[in-house]
Amino acid sequence: MTSPLLIKGVRPYGEGAPVDLVVRDGVIVAIGAEASAADLAGAEVLDAGGLVALPGFVDLHTHLREPGREDTETIATGSAAAALGGYTAVFAMANTDPVADNAVVVEHVWRRGREVGLVDVRPVGAVTVGLKGEKLAELGTMARSLAGVRVFSDDGHCVFDPLVMRRALEYTKALGGVVAQHAEEPRLTVGAQAHEGEVAARLGLTGWPAVAEESIVARDCLLAQHVGARLHVCHVSTAGTADVLRWAKNRPAGVAGRMAEAVISAEVTPHHLLLTDERLNGYDPVNKVNPPLRSGGDAEALRRALAEGVIDCVATDHAPHAAQDKDCEWSAARPGMLGLQTALSVVVRTMVETGLLDWRGVARVMSERPAEIAGLPDHGRPIAAGEPANLVLVDPDARWTVRGAELASLATNTPYEGMELPARVVGTVFHGRPTAWDGKVRH
Amino acid sequence: MRHLLSTLDLDADTATELLDTAAKLKATLLGREVRKLPTLRGRTVVTMFYENSTRTRVSFEVAGKWMSADVINVSAGGSSVGKGESLRDTALTLAAAGADCVIVRHPASGAAQRLAHWLSDNGTAVVNAGDGTHEHPTQALLDAATLRERLGDLSGRRVGIVGDVLHSRVARSNVHLLRTLGAEVVLVAPPTLLPAGVDEWKVPVSYELDPELPTLDAVMMLRVQAERMHGGFFPSAREYSIAYGLNEARLRMLPEHAVVLHPGPMLRGMEIASAVADSPRAAITQQVSNGVHVRMAVLYHLLAAGEGHE
Repeated sequence: MTSPLLIKGVRPYGEGAPVDLVVRDGVIVAIGAEASAADLAGAEVLDAGGLVALPGFVDLHTHLREPGREDTETIATGSAAAALGGYTAVFAMANTDPVADNAVVVEHVWRRGREVGLVDVRPVGAVTVGLKGEKLAELGTMARSLAGVRVFSDDGHCVFDPLVMRRALEYTKALGGVVAQHAEEPRLTVGAQAHEGEVAARLGLTGWPAVAEESIVARDCLLAQHVGARLHVCHVSTAGTADVLRWAKNRPAGVAGRMAEAVISAEVTPHHLLLTDERLNGYDPVNKVNPPLRSGGDAEALRRALAEGVIDCVATDHAPHAAQDKDCEWSAARPGMLGLQTALSVVVRTMVETGLLDWRGVARVMSERPAEIAGLPDHGRPIAAGEPANLVLVDPDARWTVRGAELASLATNTPYEGMELPARVVGTVFHGRPTAWDGKVRH
Repeated sequence: MRHLLSTLDLDADTATELLDTAAKLKATLLGREVRKLPTLRGRTVVTMFYENSTRTRVSFEVAGKWMSADVINVSAGGSSVGKGESLRDTALTLAAAGADCVIVRHPASGAAQRLAHWLSDNGTAVVNAGDGTHEHPTQALLDAATLRERLGDLSGRRVGIVGDVLHSRVARSNVHLLRTLGAEVVLVAPPTLLPAGVDEWKVPVSYELDPELPTLDAVMMLRVQAERMHGGFFPSAREYSIAYGLNEARLRMLPEHAVVLHPGPMLRGMEIASAVADSPRAAITQQVSNGVHVRMAVLYHLLAAGEGHE
């Protein structure tokens, strides 16, 4: 039996009077009145006076860049960023080099995550070999590997061929898996650089039309309901996609093939909740991301859809890039932005300050729903005795200014540089052990 | 004026001043045997062309030389990406080597603006000589100079811009500048060659050329690039030419005084009939010669104005 951890004076979900939590062997053993009765010999004490306690965040969409681009992020630095951002589990996307389309690569990522030990690193397996969209990768072998892959995605590329997508959805049913789709109709986005609209028209940037996302999401929802499979829609970026999801989720049971077995879920990124294509005016590629920043109306609709539950959760699409891949001309720049350490603050700015979500709601969209979608039993659990101690402690009243160079990631490509944001992650507890406290990683 | 990146940055006073300077330079040089002014002696102007362009590069080079600047041409084959040095490093190198002004043509929209950002500590002026499908501000200035010569004051004049508005940097720069100078612009194109956000430009848009012709004081024919012809934007060159080409019958539908412009290079028989291009109503060679004077005026305002060189 290891020595206990006493977390003093937290407010679970921001509700009620502050209570003490006692954690031992990765489990919450006592809370409130019971805590004072607990045996606290040798306890480490975290003085969390007034902090909001939430279940540790789960990110379904993270690019950790290892293997292949260790100059921009490694599993170690990405895990540190995750811990500092309040995350206890992250899903590492498959578009590494080599691609995570086989058991060797996913087991490597999984093993490195365990060695670093700051956060549950869960590899996502590629849907198709080499992300090429042609031939299914060995999904079953990855599922049965040590990494136990359950989420499959060609993120960065759309599984465009409808037959390949149908087969992927059907096949993953046997694995208890979910296909996470990067919805981008490739023919409608040839050379696309920016949200198709007034800003792109003025700046002379080839448009990325909303319909290129919406048409794929509509098709995939129909396919998933036809075959009775689980579909997760990555980084929803348009008002129209929210409408399609609302329609698909509310279809009366029985209208399509095997609807009763189908489960559709969706994520939105913090940047699509906060930023719009107005940011493109100076052509600074730090604002380049795929799908692109969209209109103010889209951002507004995404916030409402998230509050409503039409969009299930927030995922960062944390995408580190080297300076030379960002500090160049727009069309040459790589798409993507950092997100792990700013996600909570952006969610508070867009969803809590606006009254769309309370702290229970934040727990739902950043922890409980993503853990359910990915089938992670130890995460997104209630804050109660007997539950796993994966927790984040948040100072709701703090404000901080984002500096890319001060973030734990190797890359610095944050679009929030110099921006003052509300709320700060003060501490993260991962399987009963503090992994971050007061802005510092604890190994 | 620190750089010339977009005609949106020009207010009516600045634009008029540039055009007046160009007119003055033209008058000064007219009939001179030695067309050389000492204005920019000792100044170094570098042209950086990442796309092929004879007319624009030569025009800038002549403009610089007529003002006694040292003009250096750097031609970069293809894009900077993956072919060695980055655009940023090339720009910083040129600035460190003493360039007072960098004139850049680049296939990426926004390249000139990025360059100005990277060179903001060096005091090097940047002139956008065409960036992707964004803007080509000196083309708009030379078009405006030509129209002023032909029509006088542009306020209240109606100018039709016809063709591939979607991909045209000439169209964007002209829409902004002509409106700043008080003219009304109407865009004429098939729906596939209009940008998705064009409604918010608050300019009239027409899918048909014929009804517009009698209302125009000038018509600007945009070039149809070969890759658009094969890109499925319209069914065939022939159909495009029938619907949007400026032929002799259409020329007769224009008012007597109306001017025909084309930024070149022209596709005779496609967007413009040979007889129209060669008619006295066309101002196409006048545009080219005004190009030199307008670019002299731009270099003057960027490099010499405010130093008592007048």
